[in-house]
Amino acid sequence: MRWLKSFGLFWWDFIVGDDWIVAAAVIVGLALTALLTHIGVNAWWLLPILAVGLIPISIWRLQRER
Amino acid sequence: MVSVALFVAVFLACIVEAVEALTILLAAGTRGWRSTLIGGAAAVITLTVIVVVLGPAISAIPISYLRLLVGGLLLVFGVGWLRKAIMRASGLKALHDEDKIYAEKLAAARAASAEKRPLVGDWYAFTLSFKGVLLEGLEVVFIVLTFGTNQHNVPLAALAAGCAVLLIAGLGMAVRSPLARVPENTMKFVVGVMLTGFGIFWGGEGAGVVWPGSDGALLVLIPAVLAISLLYVKALAPRATFVEAGHVETVAVEEFE
Repeated sequence: MRWLKSFGLFWWDFIVGDDWIVAAAVIVGLALTALLTHIGVNAWWLLPILAVGLIPISIWRLQRER
Repeated sequence: MVSVALFVAVFLACIVEAVEALTILLAAGTRGWRSTLIGGAAAVITLTVIVVVLGPAISAIPISYLRLLVGGLLLVFGVGWLRKAIMRASGLKALHDEDKIYAEKLAAARAASAEKRPLVGDWYAFTLSFKGVLLEGLEVVFIVLTFGTNQHNVPLAALAAGCAVLLIAGLGMAVRSPLARVPENTMKFVVGVMLTGFGIFWGGEGAGVVWPGSDGALLVLIPAVLAISLLYVKALAPRATFVEAGHVETVAVEEFE
């Protein structure tokens, strides 16, 4: 059981890293883009705005935690 | 164009990780090269098995889902790399220093007690080199697999990774010390920009977006991410000296410009 927990924690740390907001926002951003394109809006602008907007938010969060 | 970008991104990412793995191997090697090399070789075999197992599994995913998955992963990795690179460039975080890391690993390796195990010899040197190479290599394996399968060109991605490893291994054998002069911080910045740019592009395609200019959109996306990142560095630099006064080891914004 402990091994399984360590294994899960390793992959969480490897993929999600030190700020879960980034991973969560990327998932939401992709889902929103898919939804918008599905209803006929070519939302190519959403992910670029999300990506460059996430960086200062994540930096601010990490700085606040220190 | 995309093939060249694929090669450059994988090559640079692999150089960065290989330099870090070399530092760990050199520290472990001070306890004995046999155990260190066995540990390193075991990690390389494990990474190869991961590529062999995951490669066909990833290739079996339909292309639109694959792009969504790959785009998402690259965006998460890219934003992570870029955030750290911007923090280092602006002085909010200490620069990555191979000499310092080597000194720390060396001190830990010298302080650790000797424990002999069958086949591997020195258990500490074995596990240190195994973990070091495996962890540094895992991210490269993901980058090779995601970039390679998405572009239907895993061999090119693997070639880029192989060239980087051979180059760093050759340099490491020649100088026998950590490769502190490799501009790792700048390379991490470039890799972060490329991963983010490709993540946006493929993630968008996977979600059904039609990019204005098709593949040519990458020629706008990547420079735009780079330009905005440099603006962040400029904006954060004065704040870093204020917030972190006395804690910033070296501020080298010039290296990134």
